[in-house]
Amino acid sequence: MSASVKNVGAFRIKGAGRLTPARTARFTFDGKSYTAMEGDTVASALLAHGVHLVGRSFKYHRPRGILTAGPEEPNALLDVSRDAARRQPNVRATVQEVFDGAKISSQNRWPSLSFDVGAVNNLFSPFFAAGFYYKTFMWPRQAWTKVYEPFIRRAAGLGVAPTEEDPDRYANRFAHCDVLIAGAGVAGLTAALSAASTGAEVILVDEQPEVGGALHFDTSTTIDGQDGYDWAQDTAAKLRAMPNVRVLTRTTAFGYYNHGFLGLAERVSDHLDRPGRDVPRERLWQVRAKRVIIATGSIERHMVFANNDRPGIMLASAVRTFLNHYGVAVGRNVGVYTAHDSAYEAAFDLKRAGVHIAAIVDCRDRPGEAVLAEARALGIDVLTGHSVTDTAGRLRIRSMTVARNGNFDIRKIEVDSLIVSAGWTPSVHLFSQSRGKLRWDEANRRFLPDTYAQDCVSVGGCNGTDDVAEAIDEAIAAGGGRVAVHGESRFNWTGGMIGAAEGAGPDTTVKAFIDFQHDVTAKDIRLAVREGMHSIEHIKRFTTNGMASDQGKLSNMHGLAIAAEMLDRPIPQVGLTTFRAPYTPVTYGTLVAHSRGELFDPARKTPMHELEAAEGAAFEDVGNWKRAWYFPRRGEDMATAVNRECRTVRDVAGVFDASTLGKIEVVGPDAAQFLNLLYTNAWDTLQPGKCRYGIMTREDGFIYDDGVVGRLAEDRFYVTTTTGGAPRVLHHMEDYLQTEFPHLRVWLTSTTEQWAVIAVQGPKAREIIRPFVEGVDISNETFPHMSVAECEVMGVPARLFRMSFTGELGFEVNVPADYGPTVWKAIWERTKGMGGCLYGTEAMHVLRAEKGYIIVGQDTDGTVTPDDAGLGWAVSKKKTDFVGIRGLKRPDLMREGRKQLVGLVTNRPSDVLEEGAQIVADPNQPKPMTMLGHVTSAYWSENCGRSIAMALVAGGRARIGQTLYVPMKDRTIAVEVTDTVFFDKDGGRIHG
Amino acid sequence: MAELATRTLPLAGAHGGSAGVRLTPAAPAERLSLRARAEDVAALSQSLGLDLPTKPKTSASASGRTALWLGPDEWLVIAEGAGSSSSDLKAACASSGVLHSAVDVSHRNTAILVEGPGSAAAINAGCPQDLSLKSFPVGACTRTIFGKVEIVLLRTGEESFRVEVWRSFSDYAFGLLAEGARDAVL
Repeated sequence: MSASVKNVGAFRIKGAGRLTPARTARFTFDGKSYTAMEGDTVASALLAHGVHLVGRSFKYHRPRGILTAGPEEPNALLDVSRDAARRQPNVRATVQEVFDGAKISSQNRWPSLSFDVGAVNNLFSPFFAAGFYYKTFMWPRQAWTKVYEPFIRRAAGLGVAPTEEDPDRYANRFAHCDVLIAGAGVAGLTAALSAASTGAEVILVDEQPEVGGALHFDTSTTIDGQDGYDWAQDTAAKLRAMPNVRVLTRTTAFGYYNHGFLGLAERVSDHLDRPGRDVPRERLWQVRAKRVIIATGSIERHMVFANNDRPGIMLASAVRTFLNHYGVAVGRNVGVYTAHDSAYEAAFDLKRAGVHIAAIVDCRDRPGEAVLAEARALGIDVLTGHSVTDTAGRLRIRSMTVARNGNFDIRKIEVDSLIVSAGWTPSVHLFSQSRGKLRWDEANRRFLPDTYAQDCVSVGGCNGTDDVAEAIDEAIAAGGGRVAVHGESRFNWTGGMIGAAEGAGPDTTVKAFIDFQHDVTAKDIRLAVREGMHSIEHIKRFTTNGMASDQGKLSNMHGLAIAAEMLDRPIPQVGLTTFRAPYTPVTYGTLVAHSRGELFDPARKTPMHELEAAEGAAFEDVGNWKRAWYFPRRGEDMATAVNRECRTVRDVAGVFDASTLGKIEVVGPDAAQFLNLLYTNAWDTLQPGKCRYGIMTREDGFIYDDGVVGRLAEDRFYVTTTTGGAPRVLHHMEDYLQTEFPHLRVWLTSTTEQWAVIAVQGPKAREIIRPFVEGVDISNETFPHMSVAECEVMGVPARLFRMSFTGELGFEVNVPADYGPTVWKAIWERTKGMGGCLYGTEAMHVLRAEKGYIIVGQDTDGTVTPDDAGLGWAVSKKKTDFVGIRGLKRPDLMREGRKQLVGLVTNRPSDVLEEGAQIVADPNQPKPMTMLGHVTSAYWSENCGRSIAMALVAGGRARIGQTLYVPMKDRTIAVEVTDTVFFDKDGGRIHG
Repeated sequence: MAELATRTLPLAGAHGGSAGVRLTPAAPAERLSLRARAEDVAALSQSLGLDLPTKPKTSASASGRTALWLGPDEWLVIAEGAGSSSSDLKAACASSGVLHSAVDVSHRNTAILVEGPGSAAAINAGCPQDLSLKSFPVGACTRTIFGKVEIVLLRTGEESFRVEVWRSFSDYAFGLLAEGARDAVL
């Protein structure tokens, strides 16, 4: 803000308002430069310069102005930018505070705000009636994708989304409190004082920059002998000084969820000229409150009459806010159209500020005596029993047409602004979000909180408590403390009307708007009813009334009353639509908060990750893990690198990082018995120091996971799982242990990350690791295939496995993870010296496929039994129980012709099949063809010198030797069915 | 045998924090995942030289060893200082002679020390628990979530916490703590 005195607007009233003229800010609106005062919203700053026209409506592109002074604003949605990357569409001008250098533009207009081509929709409005989209875009069907959908997508939504990445930071904070109070008006502040006095942890939230709520505009309220607004600020300062109170302004309680959980959006720096680098733009508060006090007040309704949407037509409370808080008069010759006493106060305030009041038109025959007397005293004309039946003015209201109710004699009164009020709607949004049930207050024609579903209480205006003294008592009681607050106010909240006013009834075709944002008129509601929409939920969807950011704030009650009149049913029988979170729009940035970039999702790296990266590894994502995929040397593409890795492992040896494999330590005297129940195999026969490949099925008999299990001691097993399966296998085991087998004395501990696992596979594997290992003789005789030993590797305690997923002589060296890098380095140096290689997951996949080893989740899909996968040998015939034993006996799982895992070789060795490709017996069969199964794994095998594949094929094993066909888009590939072992068929190498 | 293996710590070189929150990777520690039934707690306590806590969200410390209650039959035992090793912890448990499961998880976890007036707020950037001193006093511990990862949180002082996290999640946890620390100043 600069300190020099500038032109802060011709409509500023000297001496009015609470802003200090010391500091100003420059901003542009549609390219034109303006000066604002510190504390101005975009709306108040524009109005100060006499700018009312700020946007075009959504459907008809009608010129629109500023209707409200708060978050319920339906019209003044602007595009606000700080710089090229910091641009946000659909910002409410009544909420956004001006900052120095703001670039603000109107939306939904072309080529300019004052001349908008889209306004032609207004002329064609008879064709854009309610339900237009549903009716028009039904037929012909083919037009949907080419014509209708692009048209709707272009027309739908206001504003233009930014194209650059958002450079701002957003924060998240979880918090707990005893009492959360939503709304810091008289009731909310009093409740906070009361609750805080008990020592409770209190969070007080208000969406405005300062506390005070209605005290922003209503100057008639005094509390404890002090001006209401000043009392509010003093009270907030007092509360802020208390250690058990947190006051959050510019913070919207946007959602009230289960169990006292609320979402708050705090706008931390949108109002600052130059926010600091560490300051987040917005902060999401996720609060768990023991109790909630809702003090959200009321929202004023507009009058529903013909052409009630012209710029310059504003709610009475907004007019008073702009005058009493921002020091801005909304016009020089102002009219009033009201069904409620509160609008008179706006006229009185303006009159006293020197603004001419053209007339107060009151549709009621008998307004309150007090306001009539004051109007007389101020010399303001009041026309009771009259209505405004129309307005004129292209880009701003120029005149209002006034008629005595039931009379056709009209007269035009020139005005440059028109104040409207139909009364006040208690803001029951949060209460309804909490699943509370409303009751209909027939006397005052409004819905009020009735049955509470959570530990919360509504106080003040949102509870229909209109008297300030009563509201204060209610708030003190809700806070549970003993404080004394005395308030007086002459402001009258009660009364008013809902529904269409004179001249906008069912017999008319005028445009009397209910929902400004969606251009929904009274006529649209009636049309919806006539077309058979009798539920308010249907009416809402047919007309879009109250949708999107409005959420029923302005439109709800009017729409409901008109629907009820048409349906000839009492309002409570028509019912209300559901109030949904968020109460006002919340940016995606706030909801995402910290979860972007590197914090979007954890990237899990093995202890050797950096070393592998230094060796040029390409990584692939496996769940959250980054796994070394292949290690290309200079000039190698992926295929060349993988071919070299596969060849080298079988010729010499390769080093592979297997650290991500899931590991579960199963400990206890009943460990073997437990594993007997969880796996299809038998484990009591496994001797300590030995390993076995195990299969785990679900109750339904289908394969769930597989892996090698080593027995370290009588009562200690080391279970390995697939990388992706680690968490769910542990949960699966823990679930059975706790629910089915709680009598077993056994415990499960995840050790996946305890161990760095370095697999050395290939004919030279033993020679490579021998110098590093102490404490175990790793010769073939004493340490044969499927052995395990606890020993030392490079001086640290290690677990050494002799096992293989390549079909080669292989070891897996497990060392405590911190030691992984140096052990890996030493082993790799030695391997390199002997002509070996590093290999990644791709080569691992090829090598295991050459041996027909399955990968659960690739060669199985949740409908494959051990026998289907050719692993029937792993199902114990002796055991009387294990998870899946009954499932495996289901007739469907035992029938002939099930899909079985087989090998496929293409007639042309160079053809590599596509994984997922379908397999048929007769390629010439007319479509739909009989599909026998699909390819599950397919690779080029450098070691076999040809392509290899595995597939699930109906009755597969009986088809070995047959020729089947894989129809592709451009050709059909003939394949021969084989067994699944393509390399080293007698399996001698593994025992080398 | 050629050479001896040396340790590479998962958070080596990590730095972060703000005026109100200091973030430090903790020194290596020995850790045991200890499981036992209620009737064997007394014997194990005696062998370990501390009273294994039996109340949720509590811990117990004695002579460099801390036991954190994680479940009705589950503790995380942490031994700090160069003098101790996991085999000591395992041996101590074994000497109790009672049924239990002791699994070395020294390298599975790593820890981040979060200290300073904004420490609770920094953790609350990703942890939904109530960290007020009333609900989470010094010595309180919990296995909980932090953003998208699981942590074990121990309050070591009014303004200091120890965040135990699996090693592959530690980059993420440290990064989110650093973000929380930036915000916790305000």
